[in-house]
Amino acid sequence: MSTSTPETGTARVKRGMADMLKGGVIMDVVTPEQAKIAEDAGAVAVMALERVPADIRKDGGVARMSDPDMIDGIIAAVSIPVMAKARIGHFVEAQVLQALGVDYVDESEVLTPADEAHHVDKWAFTVPFVCGATNLGEALRRIAEGAAMIRSKGEAGTGNVVEATRHMRQIRADIKRLTQLDEAELFVAAKELRAPVELVQEVARLGRLPVVLFTAGGIATPADAAMMMQLGAEGVFVGSGIFKSGDPAKRAEAIVKATTFHDDADVIAKVSRGLGEAMVGINLETLSEDQRYAGRGW
Amino acid sequence: MPPAIPEKVTVTANPTPTVGVLALQGDVREHVRVLEDSGARTLTVRRPDELERADGLVIPGGESTTMWRLARSFDMLEPLRKRVEAGMPVYGSCAGMIMLADTILDGVDGQETVGGLAMTVRRNAFGRQVDSFEADVRIDGFADPFHAVFIRAPWVESVGEAVDVLGRVETGPAAGRIVAVRQGQLLATSFHPELTGDARVHRFFVDMVKGLS
Repeated sequence: MSTSTPETGTARVKRGMADMLKGGVIMDVVTPEQAKIAEDAGAVAVMALERVPADIRKDGGVARMSDPDMIDGIIAAVSIPVMAKARIGHFVEAQVLQALGVDYVDESEVLTPADEAHHVDKWAFTVPFVCGATNLGEALRRIAEGAAMIRSKGEAGTGNVVEATRHMRQIRADIKRLTQLDEAELFVAAKELRAPVELVQEVARLGRLPVVLFTAGGIATPADAAMMMQLGAEGVFVGSGIFKSGDPAKRAEAIVKATTFHDDADVIAKVSRGLGEAMVGINLETLSEDQRYAGRGW
Repeated sequence: MPPAIPEKVTVTANPTPTVGVLALQGDVREHVRVLEDSGARTLTVRRPDELERADGLVIPGGESTTMWRLARSFDMLEPLRKRVEAGMPVYGSCAGMIMLADTILDGVDGQETVGGLAMTVRRNAFGRQVDSFEADVRIDGFADPFHAVFIRAPWVESVGEAVDVLGRVETGPAAGRIVAVRQGQLLATSFHPELTGDARVHRFFVDMVKGLS
């Protein structure tokens, strides 16, 4: 007879959950109706939030965790996984989201940070966390804190993919560099990256992060999604890009197809036709420093 | 209608088979790695012409509704059903188990499967992600228990006569639930052996593709 009792909340089931999302698209939704549209379009998960990043930018003020009623409504509306955002460092918002039964918590720079020094201790939770990063050091610090999935930060709510591109290229270049270092050099690299040496050694050995890497922040078109996949993303978060566009259902489905067939320009061309208006977007030069989210977290 | 499994399938021994991994969505890389470690050549399959080149197929873990929609959009469902009907060995883990089931419960409206395995599978049966777990499961034919990882996993609610039950959850609230089955050339598990480094399930499947098991 086996004596092992079922174990929940292990690193393996947390990271494994992200493995199951690979090759898929996770969509920001603010109502149960939008969640249904996302599920019908083939999303692998939805991100429940009160306002999409584009509206958070427009409205200003403090952006917080969503209303539990609204999250419950979205959980009830769909059968795919539901994620939700907590403020950076706000461990009680994260506790509430876990109690609500969300499947992944995004400790997100899109919301107003609640702590200027500490991120949430993610090891203390059963629910897994995804965190944003702009470079490898930041990604490894989040993983050291217990993040089970990493996404590029990009610049959310802009419909401008340039920052996501920068972050994906940076993370990829940082990883490539580590794979070329010897053992002695890895100790110095860990110091420079401000990351635990064990994680640095693991990345050097694997040639990739020890957790799944998605992209996020400014993806608005099927071609944007496919480009991020070709740059090494293992899946895509789309925030404002879908429900701030002219035909959300059609665009959502097109982005799902372009993500799976990211290396097939014929498919991407086909699904890019007749999508209607894309979200207008923001040029980053027009954003002041305090309007940039990617600098939040460290 | 899901395809019926022929009573008798003729299998010729193939020492170096090519095993495809359905790559519409999910943990494709993990399956590819374990299959290669188990002596198979591998091929990722997104299109009918790639499917034709595979001697066997793994349907990975992932989101079954996404896989179904993409398989439908890219004309993969019928070719998959035809190959299953023709006796191609197929192994499905988690979402792959759902895809192989003749009947599913708690699917989305209109959700179709490839089918072939005479079983009813309940989607997300163990609960949400906070309920995802690891536990040892005894599998028929394996000497030692298999350490199994269940992620928002389905379970098998009931099976037809032709289906062999290979393993059940042993402890906890879901004790007794069926989580590993085989019917002819079709093998399915609720759990993810591709995540644990224990290659016994994949080796068993590769032997099926070789015509040895």
